[in-house]
Amino acid sequence: MPHIEPGSEQALIALEGVEKWYGTFHALKNINLSVHKGEKIVLCGPSGSGKSTLIRCINRLEDIQRGRIVVEGLTLDDSGKTVDAVRREVGMVFQSFNLFPHMTIIENCMLAPMRVRAMSKADARDIATKYLGKVRIGDQADKYPAQLSGGQQQRAAIARALCMEPKVMLFDEPTSALDPEMVKEVLDTMIGLARDGMTMICVTHEMGFARQVADRVIFMASGEVIEEAQPDEFFSTPRHDRTKAFLGEILAHH
Amino acid sequence: MASIGVNELLFLLQGLKWTIALAAIGFAGGGLFGLGVALSRVSTHAVLWRAGAAYIAVFQGTPLLMQLFVVYYGIGLLGVNVDAWIAVAIAFTLHASAFLGEIWRGGIQSVPKGQTEAGKALGLHYVSRMKDVILPQALKISLPATIGFLVQLVKGTSLAAIVGFVELSRAGQIVSNQTFRPLMVFAIIGAIYFALCWPLSLWGASMERRLAKSAR
Ligand SMILES: Nc1ncnc2c1ncn2[C@@H]1O[C@H](COP(=O)(O)OP(=O)(O)OP(=O)(O)O)[C@@H](O)[C@H]1O
Ligand SMILES: [Mg+2]
Repeated sequence: MPHIEPGSEQALIALEGVEKWYGTFHALKNINLSVHKGEKIVLCGPSGSGKSTLIRCINRLEDIQRGRIVVEGLTLDDSGKTVDAVRREVGMVFQSFNLFPHMTIIENCMLAPMRVRAMSKADARDIATKYLGKVRIGDQADKYPAQLSGGQQQRAAIARALCMEPKVMLFDEPTSALDPEMVKEVLDTMIGLARDGMTMICVTHEMGFARQVADRVIFMASGEVIEEAQPDEFFSTPRHDRTKAFLGEILAHH
Repeated sequence: MASIGVNELLFLLQGLKWTIALAAIGFAGGGLFGLGVALSRVSTHAVLWRAGAAYIAVFQGTPLLMQLFVVYYGIGLLGVNVDAWIAVAIAFTLHASAFLGEIWRGGIQSVPKGQTEAGKALGLHYVSRMKDVILPQALKISLPATIGFLVQLVKGTSLAAIVGFVELSRAGQIVSNQTFRPLMVFAIIGAIYFALCWPLSLWGASMERRLAKSAR
């Protein structure tokens, strides 16, 4: 058994010395991060800095070359069993929704509970109805994704992930593909989720959301964590020049 | 000159029956194995991937006629005495599975990667990801090309005559030899093929239009 650092036992997610290459490109450099139950982390940084790569490593959509990732006490490795167990506990929301277009919204939500949790159709329907209500699109349950607005689709995607009752939710720029008028409804959904105590790692450039919800903001650049701070501190007194430059740019746009 | 009577027409219809049966068997067998070929072509397993590629190269790169010969006489050489039926069914299955496999590989690969990722993130296993998420979308995209291939397959069954199979074309040849009215006979044969294939083509085209519309 590798040694367990004090305190890291309770961490829901721990990344230790994680290194990732795409071929010869060094995408993640010595990433150390632990996320405790109920914590909300906002991850930001310039395009190509490795934010998506980082969170995609947590549910093994990407593999890593060095270091280790522990989720709920399980160290991710090549065994399908561990990967399955981790994915059952980790929900993910994508920038482009990735709803299944050939299924209705409620079918989208029912699939994984039935296939992965071996739930009966009736139970899956109940749980889907519950979470669709929670993201306030219960009335859209029998429509197909293409019949919904972007904001509704993203909320449906959030509900779909919640139906697996995950312990952690990963968000990869969930509002970046939305028309401006729909950003708020998705952020409000996420804020509601945060209030309910969900552990969340959010890649987002919505700094209002970060201020309101985040326990910690992590700034990445060129595959490295450059700065990590509480939101107040992060926005008012950024320490690194790259953070300052980044914030200047982001705030100028908003 | 004998006339073409009820008996001759019945004989032709008998041939038509075999033509349809051959196409159906080729399509069913080819569909089943073609799915395997398509899945091997999109797998990350190097051996499977290569095997699929080789399979497709061989059966797309050689004439169906030759495949029929090889299977028909090849099985005979092995000392197994099989019905012409079985030999021809095997040959058509091999042929169709290579083409359908390639068509469906394209369909699978045109489903956006995000669909697979969403499936994985939800914890869905390979079988469910394929069966519930990817294949329904891939087959829909591939439907026009699949129907197009079915039309080719119906016409391709005429090659089975070469190993002694009396399907529609061969039946026509026989009737024409008996009645000495080749033009008339082959006009009828042509009309039958047309009646079989044209609706399929129309169906494929309308499917393609519908897909194009829903993609917009
Ligand atoms: N599959 C891949 N193959 C090769 N390089 C990749 C791959 N995926 C990402 N990269 C590279 O890794 C780097 C980090 O990518 P990543 O998507 O994690 O960045 P990001 O911070 O999420 O950026 P963005 O804000 O644009 O989403 C980029 O330079 C990208 O080009
Ligand atoms: Mg990204």
